[in-house]
Formats: sequence, C-alpha cells, structure tokens
Amino acid sequence: MSRARLTLAVTAAALLAVACGGDDGGSAAPPAGAPATTPAGTVTVLAAASLTESFETLAGQLEDEYPDLEIVYSFGPSSGLVEQVLAGAPADVLATADTSTMDDAVAGGVVDGEPVIFARNTLALAVPAGNPDNVTGLADLANEDLRVAICEPQVPCGGAAQRLLDAAGVTAAPDTLTTDVKEAASLVALGEADAALIYVTDAAAEGDAVEIIEVADAVVNEYPVAVLADAPNPEGARAVVDAITGEPGRTVLAEAGFLEP
Amino acid sequence: MSRRTADLRVPAALLIPAALGVAILVLPMAGLVARAPWGDLPSILASDEVLTALRLSLVTATVSTGVALVCGVPVAWLLARTALPGRSVLRGLVTVPLVLPPVVGGVALLMVFGRRGLVGAWLYDTFGVSLPFTTEAVVLAQVFVAMPFLIVAVEGALRTADRRYDDVAATLGATPWTTFRRVTLPAVAPGVLAGAVLCWARALGEFGATVTFAGSFPGTTRTLPLEAYVAINAGDSDVAIVLSLLMIAVSVTILVGLRDRWIGASQ
Repeated sequence: MSRARLTLAVTAAALLAVACGGDDGGSAAPPAGAPATTPAGTVTVLAAASLTESFETLAGQLEDEYPDLEIVYSFGPSSGLVEQVLAGAPADVLATADTSTMDDAVAGGVVDGEPVIFARNTLALAVPAGNPDNVTGLADLANEDLRVAICEPQVPCGGAAQRLLDAAGVTAAPDTLTTDVKEAASLVALGEADAALIYVTDAAAEGDAVEIIEVADAVVNEYPVAVLADAPNPEGARAVVDAITGEPGRTVLAEAGFLEP
Repeated sequence: MSRRTADLRVPAALLIPAALGVAILVLPMAGLVARAPWGDLPSILASDEVLTALRLSLVTATVSTGVALVCGVPVAWLLARTALPGRSVLRGLVTVPLVLPPVVGGVALLMVFGRRGLVGAWLYDTFGVSLPFTTEAVVLAQVFVAMPFLIVAVEGALRTADRRYDDVAATLGATPWTTFRRVTLPAVAPGVLAGAVLCWARALGEFGATVTFAGSFPGTTRTLPLEAYVAINAGDSDVAIVLSLLMIAVSVTILVGLRDRWIGASQ
C-alpha cells in the first residue's frame, strides 16, 4: 500500500516539477502587507509516514494563505525517503521521524544547512478497539499466540520499538515487520494484528478503532526537517520549513498529539 | 531456424522507436548487471537472509503452482470445452488478476480472508484458523495472481487441440473423466507445462498481494521480492541488486527454455 502511495506521489511530483519548471514565482504581485517575497510554485516535501495527517492539514492552511503555492507530499518510511533523496529524487524538503535517518542524509551531502527539530513523538502499544486479547503491557508482545506488528528495524518506528523493548527486557515475537508505521497502524485498526508498536499520533489518527495501553519508560523520537541542497524551489521550501517549525506547525502538530521539540 | 532472408531496408520511422523500446526494456537490466557487486556476490548469496528468502520463495512458488494446476486446469477445461452459460463473463472474471494491480488483490484477500473478513471471520471462529501473516497466505496471494497465467495457457492449448480424439474415446465407451485423463490431458501436456512454468515464474516474482495480505517476516512470509524491497529501503542496495539479478536470471532461463519448447513444438 505504502509503495503505491509513494510511487504515485513521486511520479506526480516529478510531473509537476516538469510542468512548473521555469516558474520563478515572481509572476503574482504580493498582496498588500505581505512579505516582499511570496512563496509560490510547487514545493515537494518528502515526509515520514507518521506526519501524514498533520502535514496535509498544514498544506491546506499554507495553500489558502499563498494561492500560488502548491505543496506536494510523498509520505513513506524515513529510511526509504532518505534513500530516494540520495538517489537524486527531485524534492525540496525532507522531514524524518528520527535524527539517525536525517544524519544519513546530512552525511550524504544532500541537505542544505542544519536540520531543525520541530516535534517529538512517543511510541505506544496499540491494540484494536475493546482490546480483545486483553493485552496488558509490553511483556505480552513475547506471546507467540498474539499477532504482533512492528516496524522494520531500520525505519524510525522500528528503531524506537527496539529501544522500548530493550528497556523493558522483552524479546518480542512479531508476526510481520511493516515498511512504515501507517501499515502497522492499519493492521491494528483492521483487527488483523492483536498489538502493534506505533506512535501515539498514529493511534490517535485511527480514532475509535485503536486503543492505547500505557507503558512505562516511554521512548520519544525527535523529528528533524531540512531544506534539500538540490531543491528546485528553495524559496518555497524555506517558507514551508518556516511554517513547520513556526507557530502554524506547532499548533497543528500539537493537535495531532506530537510533543513540542 | 532457417528462414527467408529478412528485408534489411527498415524505415527510420520504425527503427528509431523500436530501438528506444528495446532500450527501455533492456537498459534497466543492463544497469543492474553493470552495478552488480560481483566481488561480494557469493557472500551475499550465501547470507542467511537471502537463503531464507530463496528457500521460502522456491517452496511457496512450487506449492502455488501445484494448487494452480489442480484448480486451474479444470477451469480452463470448463472455459474451452463446455457450453457453460456465462462462460465469457467467467473467463473475464478469472483473468482479471492478469491486469489488476497486485496490491488491489492483496487488499481484496485481506477483506475476505483476513481475521475479520467475510470468510476469514468464519474460519477463525469455527476452526481458529487465521491466514494473514502465515506462509499459507503467501501461497494464496501467489495463486490469486499467478493462476490466470496457467488458465489462459491451458485454455489456448485445449482450443487448438483436435477434439475428434475425445469424440472417438467417447464412442469407444470411455467416461468423460477417463477421456479427460487419458486423452485430453496428454494431448495438451506441452501447453499445461508452459502454463505451469509461467505460473511458477509469476508466483516467484509476486510482491504486492503478498506484502499486503501476508505481511513480511523472515522465514514465514518474506519472499525474495520482499527481501529486495526491504534491502533497498534499508540502503542495502548491493543486496537489492544481487536479489534482483537472481530473479532476472530465473526469469530469463524460464523464458529461453519456453521459447525453445515452443519452437520445437511448431516445427
């Protein structure tokens, strides 16, 4: 599912980049009282899957504010997104779900300047509504009879899961390793997985279909964002990053359950 | 192989797009060969992850082909040899997976055979059987995607086979089942074999339906294509390239083998 979503978004982004190529963003006169340079054109943002709902809300707000601005997202596993940037994907902004994936991008020389931490997120033990298998804590994840979904170890949510399990001294018996956190969240919401380690925000986004079981010693991930060195639209990219790290982003992210940086 | 000498005056209007077409099809594979980490190839191929995925892929693709033979050959026979009402609709329905995105098949399988699915809920409540995240789910996904290849190949063979032998067998007193077993099936054996090989190759390469319906776990559900996808997402491009080369080698071997078969049959 996530691959199709990703491919579609990247293709759309590439087409838009071609269609909007040469647009210097200076065609529209800035409205009175607006800053001298109004962000315009297409901004392609590669973002961690867990940011899906928040960033889409934010894009709606920004596009209302700047009619000439169009934000195109490709959501997916942070590690996969970094691989795409390193392979030359035409994108303007990268937002990952942990610092180690962003560090890979920085080490690869594809990031412009220093990444900024804009949010933090807590990993949660999620079960389907009504907790049909009476999961009480992390220790239940070692139960072979329980169907457990955990992210791939190289994906941020998988790395966080490993730290959480290590801290609790639990050796989990997962039945599937998902490519991104949304896939694990869907499996719990569908009732196909009895338990999964996903972010608090993803559990909240599934609404009534998912419940959270409290765990001690919560693991928290830091989310960095950066403009990319080869951004086709650097002005637009900076405006989007400013919105993510500034007040509009804080508000939207807090509503989704993210913690302040 | 001796044919009439081909006309060498090819118009540029055909030659240029043809060259482009060949490049689009062949360049990606050449690129993989060029980027292949030949020095590390043996150690990557011998690694636990690759061997586990390879074993799982070989076993599931073979079992899937067996299931497809048992169920698909009778479907092909129904389509080719009976005057079943709604036959063309049936043919359309059973060949839909040929053009359907496999992910759609995976979602559909999850909705039907998932633990809360139409059939899956009953299976779980009655027998305690739950398909997703099991090797059986991998087989089911592969059968869904690959069996149409077998059905199409066998139906084609049945249509072109001479039906008079069947009629003669019937006049000699053979029951329809005996006729099918002793006369019809041997006559279309090359077609069944070609269909089975295509089906096996398609099952071996199955990704979308598998990852959606069966999930991804080493040794249980993570087949070669899933392992390649995990590797490329993890930044292990060398492993992804080696796995891709392995699957290309299998596909090319099968296609070359089939081509020789078909040419042999037509001579």
